[in-house]
Amino acid sequence: MEWRRSYGRAPKMIHLESNFVQFKEELLPKEGNKALLTFPFLHIYWTECCDTEVYKATVKDDLTKWQNVLKAHSSVDWLIVIVENDAKKKNKTNILPRTSIVDKIRNDFCNKQSDRCVVLSDPLKDSSRTQESWNAFLTKLRTLLLMSFTKNLGKFEDDMRTLREKRTEPGWSFCEYFMVQEELAFVFEMLQQFEDALVQYDELDALFSQYVVNFGAGDGANWLTFFCQPVKSWNGLILRKPIDMEKRESIQRREATLLDLRSYLFSRQCTLLLFLQRPWEVAQRALELLHNCVQELKLLEVSVPPGALDCWVFLSCLEVLQRIEGCCDRAQIDSNIAHTVGLWSYATEKLKSLGYLCGLVSEKGPNSEDLNRTVDLLAGLGAERPETANTAQSPYKKLKEALSSVEAFEKHYLDLSHATIEMYTSIGRIRSAKFVGKDLAEFYMRKKAPQKAEIYLQGALKNYLAEGWALPITHTRKQLAECQKHLGQIENYLQTSSLLASDHHLTEEERKHFCQEILDFASQPSDNPGHKIVLPMQSFAQLRDLHFDPSNAVVHVGGVLCIEITMYSQMPVPVHVEQIVVNVHFSIEKNSYRKTAEWLTKHKTSNGIINFPPETAPFPVSQNSLPALELYEMFERSPSDNSLNTTGIICRNVHMLLRRQESSSSLEMPSGVALEEGAHLLRCSHVTLEPGANQITFRTQAKEPGTYTLRQLCASVGSVWFVLPHIYPIVQYDVYSQEPQLHVEPLADSLLAGIPQKVKFTVTTGHYTIKNGDSLQLSNAEAMLILCQAESRAMVYSNTREQSSDAALRIQSSDKVTSISLPVAPAYHVIEFELEVLSLPSAPALGGESDMLGMAEPHRKHKDKQKTGHCMVTTDHKVSIDCPWSIYSTVIALTFSVPFRTTHALLSSGTRKYVQVCVQNLSELDFQLSDSYLVDTSDSTDLQLVPLNTQSQQPIYSKQSVFFVWELKWTEEPPPSLHCRFSVGFSPASEEQLSISLKPYTYEFKVENFFTLYNVKAEIFPPSGMEYCRTGSLCSLEVLITRLSDLLEVDKDEALTESDEHFSTKLMYEVVDNSSNWAVCGKSCGVISMPVAARATHRVHMEVMPLFAGYLPLPDVRLFKYLPHHSAHSSQLDADSWIENDSLSVDKHGDDQPDSSSLKSRGSVHSACSSEHKGLPMPRLQALPAGQVFNSSSGTQVLVIPSQDDHVLEVSVT
Amino acid sequence: MAVCIAVIAKENYPLYIRSTPTENELKFHYMVHTSLDVVDEKISAMGKALVDQRELYLGLLYPTEDYKVYGYVTNSKVKFVMVVDSSNTALRDNEIRSMFRKLHNSYTDVMCNPFYNPGDRIQSRWALLPVSASSPGGPYFLCPYPVQVGPTSCVRSSPGGPYSCVRSSPGEPYSLCPIQSRAFDNMVTSMMIQVC
Repeated sequence: MEWRRSYGRAPKMIHLESNFVQFKEELLPKEGNKALLTFPFLHIYWTECCDTEVYKATVKDDLTKWQNVLKAHSSVDWLIVIVENDAKKKNKTNILPRTSIVDKIRNDFCNKQSDRCVVLSDPLKDSSRTQESWNAFLTKLRTLLLMSFTKNLGKFEDDMRTLREKRTEPGWSFCEYFMVQEELAFVFEMLQQFEDALVQYDELDALFSQYVVNFGAGDGANWLTFFCQPVKSWNGLILRKPIDMEKRESIQRREATLLDLRSYLFSRQCTLLLFLQRPWEVAQRALELLHNCVQELKLLEVSVPPGALDCWVFLSCLEVLQRIEGCCDRAQIDSNIAHTVGLWSYATEKLKSLGYLCGLVSEKGPNSEDLNRTVDLLAGLGAERPETANTAQSPYKKLKEALSSVEAFEKHYLDLSHATIEMYTSIGRIRSAKFVGKDLAEFYMRKKAPQKAEIYLQGALKNYLAEGWALPITHTRKQLAECQKHLGQIENYLQTSSLLASDHHLTEEERKHFCQEILDFASQPSDNPGHKIVLPMQSFAQLRDLHFDPSNAVVHVGGVLCIEITMYSQMPVPVHVEQIVVNVHFSIEKNSYRKTAEWLTKHKTSNGIINFPPETAPFPVSQNSLPALELYEMFERSPSDNSLNTTGIICRNVHMLLRRQESSSSLEMPSGVALEEGAHLLRCSHVTLEPGANQITFRTQAKEPGTYTLRQLCASVGSVWFVLPHIYPIVQYDVYSQEPQLHVEPLADSLLAGIPQKVKFTVTTGHYTIKNGDSLQLSNAEAMLILCQAESRAMVYSNTREQSSDAALRIQSSDKVTSISLPVAPAYHVIEFELEVLSLPSAPALGGESDMLGMAEPHRKHKDKQKTGHCMVTTDHKVSIDCPWSIYSTVIALTFSVPFRTTHALLSSGTRKYVQVCVQNLSELDFQLSDSYLVDTSDSTDLQLVPLNTQSQQPIYSKQSVFFVWELKWTEEPPPSLHCRFSVGFSPASEEQLSISLKPYTYEFKVENFFTLYNVKAEIFPPSGMEYCRTGSLCSLEVLITRLSDLLEVDKDEALTESDEHFSTKLMYEVVDNSSNWAVCGKSCGVISMPVAARATHRVHMEVMPLFAGYLPLPDVRLFKYLPHHSAHSSQLDADSWIENDSLSVDKHGDDQPDSSSLKSRGSVHSACSSEHKGLPMPRLQALPAGQVFNSSSGTQVLVIPSQDDHVLEVSVT
Repeated sequence: MAVCIAVIAKENYPLYIRSTPTENELKFHYMVHTSLDVVDEKISAMGKALVDQRELYLGLLYPTEDYKVYGYVTNSKVKFVMVVDSSNTALRDNEIRSMFRKLHNSYTDVMCNPFYNPGDRIQSRWALLPVSASSPGGPYFLCPYPVQVGPTSCVRSSPGGPYSCVRSSPGEPYSLCPIQSRAFDNMVTSMMIQVC
């Protein structure tokens, strides 16, 4: 049936049940009626009357009376049903149908509501008409019933609201109102509108809660004091019956306590929720209710016997759980543990507190007082309710049993706890499970069963540690310590104690207690003397920093190394430690010296201090924030040739990353690691560690060379050993052994020959101790002197370059050997001293390069020479030294450089000759030159060398040159060649006084063909009629070649021809203008036959054209010797004819016909070319030595003026 | 008025936890720790929906007899847990929500501090300061080595870096002053004292 409701509420399909009750006037509701369930909604008058008379006689009166009664009660919901029977009708066929009873009744009663009268025809027959009339009747009945219901319900709700509004008035009773609203709920429940019914109860719930809250705030309602009566009964919720009439009545009688009211209210809510298929909400609300009730009782200050509430809560929890289990299947329950587990846990908690209250948890069992309390509590439970009496597992029975004996309690408590833990675990609430487990552990500890408690405590501790909850860690550890003490797990107990002793969350007294526990144990005489208890050090003390002395952590064999560590003691009291031991791992390294050097450079800045990161701080960070990987590249090179053998990546903090996550709590410490007792230990005995930072110094004498890695740190207190299994970051020190070594090196960049130079001797003693009388024996090299200086001193340094002493050096020299006695020095020291050596200038190389003979050499060539010859000439001197520590001699090569380079040149002026010597200083030093000499080594008497140098002393600066010039003078015929030796004394310009006289620098050279044979003179004349040469106009060039001497030795060569006592030679001239100032017109070269006689002259005329204006240098005129082809035995004829031919033309035409000459010359060249084909040899040209030709016109210039019409200005416009 | 306020890191270790009845600190630690179960459950249950709706408030985690535990989770999965006395009926959902929001803002301020390393415990750092300098706004003189102050020690400004505290000459009057996270502390204090 669709139900439309007022206030815009959504229409609903409802199921309305109704009872038919015989009409009685008493049943009609009086004013202020609150009962809705028994309310007469619709009054129906049934009549079978079909006779007008009968109607008039009785029925009408009866109807009127009925109507009046209804009106009196202001009820307007009525219906008149007339049952018609066909049989009766047939009897009265004569009666007018128009005035039927129906019409009459309608007329009489239903003046406006004609629908209030229904006819039901032949109800017992099975005809369509009957069916129809039934249908019509039922529809009408439903409609009217619903109408009335709606109307009355609305009225009821209004009344109820009115009543609620009166709640502030004095005398208002909650119980009364409760009954009214519950009536409404019942109606909804009856209509199967459980949701609406639930709303009614929720409203009541909220109203009551609000009153309680207001009461708490001081706004008390009178009626509420009634609920504040002391709790006398705590028999829990009853959820098995739909309506707990007993409680309802007590509410109605206003005798209910708060618990009663709450219990009843919840049982109703529970019923409705279960109807609504929401069992999980029941569980949730139950928990809220229980918490709420406890709070409310507290708030209302209701006196509750101790434990009563616990009983009530416990019973209620189980009741709710059993109720839910009763209406759900297993799978449903399993998948909704999250909703019920709270109740389980609450029940467990309450049972636990009951157990403690009743003395069921103690070891001895309950005493009389506990028993009395138990009896009181059981009394409050009352008798078991009949509906659960047959259930074996009823909450009532459980509680009663649990409180009956210690064993039973234990059983029940364990059951509950385990069930709760299991449930928590199954839904992933690990933390909650651990927490319940901790309670269980506490219980076991009370029961003196520490072995069972341990696992729970460990589990919980692990959880707290993993998530870094400091306070729970401390608390759980404290419990664990007690547990371990009882269990006799000495090692574990001591470890936990050490952790607790360093725990800042404990009070000073507690920490001292735990510390004392360790010390007490340590001081006990152990029955097994070798037995050690190994504990991690971390909790005992922390390594803060480490300081090496020497700071580079490198010592030589036998040296002393100090390691100072700072340990931060975590103990609250000073602890006397018998010994602190550092375990050192020793590894031999082949290339330890190289390693040492590397180490020195790498760790120079570290200052020898290594800081350790604070180890897992008081608040351990969770596993997610592990330290970052520390990766390093690793290269392993072969010691012999330094080639790469292997390479890889090393993770330096593996032990941090790969350690077990719970390592800090795990008790098993691999004892093998702890007892890593190698031969290498650093020990420090009898140390008292004060709380806080302590300095401990280890001292060790280095023995074997190699690398020592500090591995472990152990502190022993009696039989207790605190071990730091890994020292991280890696701490190493190196011990090295060194062979004695001698090192000789020049003090300056390079040694210079000729002057005293300092050489530094470094003796690294290594493992050798220099005794008195030990000396270095130097075998003298011939050309190198060792200059003994009286005041030379040797410095002795320690290996760390600290000066330890200095001593005078005694040097004894003999012919062959120089002996240097070394000062006494201990091993691993360095002796340094300096010696002066002088390299004697060895016989200088003969500077006779022929192409250096003249200045007239092409300049370019000279430059090239300079470039290449920039580095100094060097000489090596080898010295072999015998060292006292070795039977072998050490050979040392010293390289000296000659600081000068010398070149010479021959200069001419006509027939006068000069020799120029250039001394170039290549070194960085400045020198003073003195006493320059040039001597002729061939001792020709008629030759004289006249020096033109004025100064006897002359400075020569670094990278600069000094020139010396001598004039050659001779009386007779000059020799064809001249051997000279140049010598000059030199000394460093800076040094004031040298102890020894230095050998002069010498230079030998040879000059050849220095006598001038020919003079060449060139002249340019302007064209005839002109005053000056002009550009573009031809000018004449006249070359005059003059022979200056008669036949000399030097002329005797192939070119010389003899005819009639007359000698002549063939020369070739060439005019070249390299600077392109001149254009040589016509032939530029030619061969002339020159008579070999003094003042023989040859004149050549040429035409040249100046290309530029200005003072132009004359073009070069070069002169060559024109030699016939080489082979002497070849056909003389051919050669002669060829030469003759040419010479003839030259002779014939003389100098006046240059043109033809040039033509001939060309032809000759041509013929020469062609003659090659015929196998004819080529004539050769040989340059005349520069000294033999003097160009008297070199350097002259000719003025050329621009041509007159050369005034065109070229302008280009783009 | 909250009785306990905790900030818990993504990895479930406490970044900050404070409770008013200090004698019961342990109980609250256990309670907050246990409540993480429900927080985890709620976060995983809400899953995507939570991210979409930006609903950070987790609501009542679970009630106990005496306390109510509320939860809140930031987008970076930092959890705030607040324990409220059950008898305090003045605190409704809305008040709790606004308290959480305030807490979140304060926490954001802490995170914005360049000297704070995310993941570190939020704790006031202590430094020995000359009395004259410890007044607000005064210059700070920091000490050269770690100072142990109760459970808190003077800290390095950066991991591995030098200690940010310097002790000048001994004998001068010093007082210990928190130099960081003060604002957060004060805010939490106010939330614990203030009756909303």
